[in-house]
Amino acid sequence: MARGALWAVGLLVALFLMAPIVAILPLSFSAGSFLFYPLPGLSLRWYQDFFGSDFWLPAAWNSLLIGTAAAGLATLLGTPAAFGLWRMTGAFRAVAMGVVLAPMVVPVIVVAVALLLAFGPIGLVATHAGMIIAHATLGVPFVVVTVLAALEGFDPVQLRAAAACGAGPLRAFFRVCLPQIAPGVAAGAVFAFATSLDEVVVALFIAGPAQRTLPRQMFAGLNDSISLTTTAAAALLVGLSVLLLLTVAWLQGRGKRQAGG
Amino acid sequence: MNRPALLMAPLLLFLLLTFATPIAAFLWRGVSDAEVAPVLPRTVATLADWNGTALPPEPAFAALVADLRDARARDRDTGGGSIARAAARLNADRPGFRGLLPMTARRVERPFPGPAQDAVFAISEDWRDIETWGAIRRAGGPLSAFHALTALDLQRDATGAVRPVPDNQAVFRAVLLRSLWISLLVTACCLLLGWPMAWLIATTRGWANTLLLGAVMLPFWISLIVRTAAWMVLLQKEGVVNAALGSIGIGPLTLMMNRFAVVLAMVHILLPFMVLPLVAAFRALDPRLPRAAASLGAAPWLVFLRVTLPLCLPGIGAGCLLVFIQALGFYVTPALLGGPNDQMLAWFVGFYATRSVNWGLAAALSIMLLVAVGLCVALYGRLAGFRRPGAA
Repeated sequence: MARGALWAVGLLVALFLMAPIVAILPLSFSAGSFLFYPLPGLSLRWYQDFFGSDFWLPAAWNSLLIGTAAAGLATLLGTPAAFGLWRMTGAFRAVAMGVVLAPMVVPVIVVAVALLLAFGPIGLVATHAGMIIAHATLGVPFVVVTVLAALEGFDPVQLRAAAACGAGPLRAFFRVCLPQIAPGVAAGAVFAFATSLDEVVVALFIAGPAQRTLPRQMFAGLNDSISLTTTAAAALLVGLSVLLLLTVAWLQGRGKRQAGG
Repeated sequence: MNRPALLMAPLLLFLLLTFATPIAAFLWRGVSDAEVAPVLPRTVATLADWNGTALPPEPAFAALVADLRDARARDRDTGGGSIARAAARLNADRPGFRGLLPMTARRVERPFPGPAQDAVFAISEDWRDIETWGAIRRAGGPLSAFHALTALDLQRDATGAVRPVPDNQAVFRAVLLRSLWISLLVTACCLLLGWPMAWLIATTRGWANTLLLGAVMLPFWISLIVRTAAWMVLLQKEGVVNAALGSIGIGPLTLMMNRFAVVLAMVHILLPFMVLPLVAAFRALDPRLPRAAASLGAAPWLVFLRVTLPLCLPGIGAGCLLVFIQALGFYVTPALLGGPNDQMLAWFVGFYATRSVNWGLAAALSIMLLVAVGLCVALYGRLAGFRRPGAA
């Protein structure tokens, strides 16, 4: 009896979580231009509109470009830092950890406004470089946390073994450690990419018209009257998110198998 | 061995340049005043030992005239707008200054006979107001509590006494309380909905477990703007919900641009952050303990209150704080789904930074936001410890 009630509530919560997303996806295939059901017919006109438009497609390219570059930069900086943190002990580790995780905790609006003020005089506002740097800053904690988690499954004795066999620290890292934690590093990069793909507030404050990302363009679209092209953009973003989720699940599965074997 | 520190150096340097320094420089503006002193250095110096009960003496007027002549000449030579910037800062304290200061600067440029005081009074009666001079003294810097006081709906008069601003000008305490209230409401709703969901996930196996977990994880990955857009499409006047209600003869209802829509969408967005820590807490719970309590004769509610709840409390606290901290900083969702009375602290930070270019107030409001978040993080550290990586 109690179990039945629990299931009822649980299913209602699952419905609450999924329904809004599921509800808007079919709208993007509508042949009409209304935001409600029943659909007058099915068509791909809103996707044609998306791919033919002067601002949606560039926004999608901006998102991919800025996301990839920001994820690359965050991974390049975050992976060695995670390795350093992993070998570290004591008070300095706690402080360093706090500094690295701070961008996760500080409200994004504060980062956005502070960067607007700091980037202004050095000419980084309304540039791709500025957006990439800002998004890398926001994504780097996710890389560090994920790589640290992957390193938990790595036995440090192997590094000593490598050193005993004559490998320098750099060689030992690249030949022994990195291959084993690679799924974790890749998952961290995906997290950083997803963070950039999700980000609106920084884009709202420091991106110019030429750096508009997909979420930023959606924000603009939602502020006027919502067109069905916006739902097509939303559907494409949902597809991309599902792809990223599956990628991470696959990478984490691989990481576990590697740690186990 | 300091190789670990060496490995961290690039990232720490990067964060110093792109995160710590910009934020520190921005927040500094909330506790300092740097616009007025460079324009009116002698005036500020003369006013330093003025008691604020009567108009300042003639030297202050003479200093004002001399300062404005110099500043105007400098602005003309360099093309800078230092007078306009000082006027904007003073205008934030005393509306009217934005016009008063440039006009006075223009009019005192030509030499005049007699005392400076008479000439300045002739330009504007506003200079007979003690509070006009009080505003200049308050903005003299370098350190200043002006923005912090404004963010708390307080002000100083010319004598330096602190008092609340008139009720019709008080906004920020209400904004702070509203932000805390919305965040609290969202946290409570998330706990209420998240608890049964998490319990179900923690106690099922197999495909049912995968399905339920998927229902939590998938929205977690979908971007915030998409989920906000989904609610807008559902709730707007000609949206899915109103169309459905209309077909059974109800409505149309105003479901958007109000508090209800903001809280609903925020709960939807933040619920996974509550469910995932709760699942971890429930899974870590040894099922033998509640059973032991029950076998010793405790009633179900007593088992829950005395055994289950205390054991899960750190996980519950962690989930609540995770949701609360994020809710406090929300910008996009209230901006799109809320009305003017549903905007939170973050919106006002953005508004004062860009639309009214009052960086000092934006910084003071940010400090307020960061203090609230900092307190929650400290509490989180005590409850959950910082060793566990985040739910992601």
